[in-house]
Amino acid sequence: MTLFDVFDSAGTGMLAQSVRLNTTSSNLANANSASSSIEQTYRARQPVFSQMLNAFDFDSPAAGVRVLGIVESQAPLRTEYNPGHPLANEEGYVFMPNVNVVEEMANMISASRSYQTNVEVMNTTKEMLMRTLAMGQ
Amino acid sequence: MPAGFDNLLGVHEQALNLQAQRTRLLGGNLANADTPGYKARDIDFKAALANAAENDFAGGPLRLTRVAHIQPEGYLAGAEIMYRIPMQSSLDGNSVETQVEMAKFTENAMRYLTSLRIINGRLNKLISAYRGE
Repeated sequence: MTLFDVFDSAGTGMLAQSVRLNTTSSNLANANSASSSIEQTYRARQPVFSQMLNAFDFDSPAAGVRVLGIVESQAPLRTEYNPGHPLANEEGYVFMPNVNVVEEMANMISASRSYQTNVEVMNTTKEMLMRTLAMGQ
Repeated sequence: MPAGFDNLLGVHEQALNLQAQRTRLLGGNLANADTPGYKARDIDFKAALANAAENDFAGGPLRLTRVAHIQPEGYLAGAEIMYRIPMQSSLDGNSVETQVEMAKFTENAMRYLTSLRIINGRLNKLISAYRGE
């Protein structure tokens, strides 16, 4: 039945959005994780989405979503002069993650909205299938 | 009501098929609402239905019956897949506008359920005619 692969594409969409929610929560949780060296400082993580073709049916028009990977933001770290900080280096600087909290909050709202849209698509398709199964009854 | 079995369901049989295919297309658009570079796709339903009805009348469309047969690319059930022109373009090249796609998706689902209702009505009429009650 052709309608079933809507569940596949909506499912991959939900998976991708949940990965995005995961990275967002990780970024927000670590927004203030200070460090004494540039290498050890947490960097904001962002998933990269890409279109996925159906592996079993290349002609299928229902395109899913694939998470290609998670990249770390290359934006400059926040450097603070704070000699009293326990993690301050010899010069008295601490390094803070390059997490943009406002951006992450917007990301979170967008991800949860997209997740809801996919749930809505699944519900509608389910309704269509149930009515189709009840045909002639 | 048509007398023969072949045209009992009329155009609604093809309509149902096309609407199911369109559901897949629009569902894929909504799933990719945040994918950079993804272009929203759709079919011209009116033209597709006219095409399907005509093909059916003329003995059916060309079918793929062997592995070596080539499927034309960019076609969905005989209808050309087209790209939607967005009202507002986005920086990442994605042309999915969730509200537009959602409206189309819901409209398409309602049309599907309407076709289903009409088919059901015709089947029920036939069944009650058989019973002679």
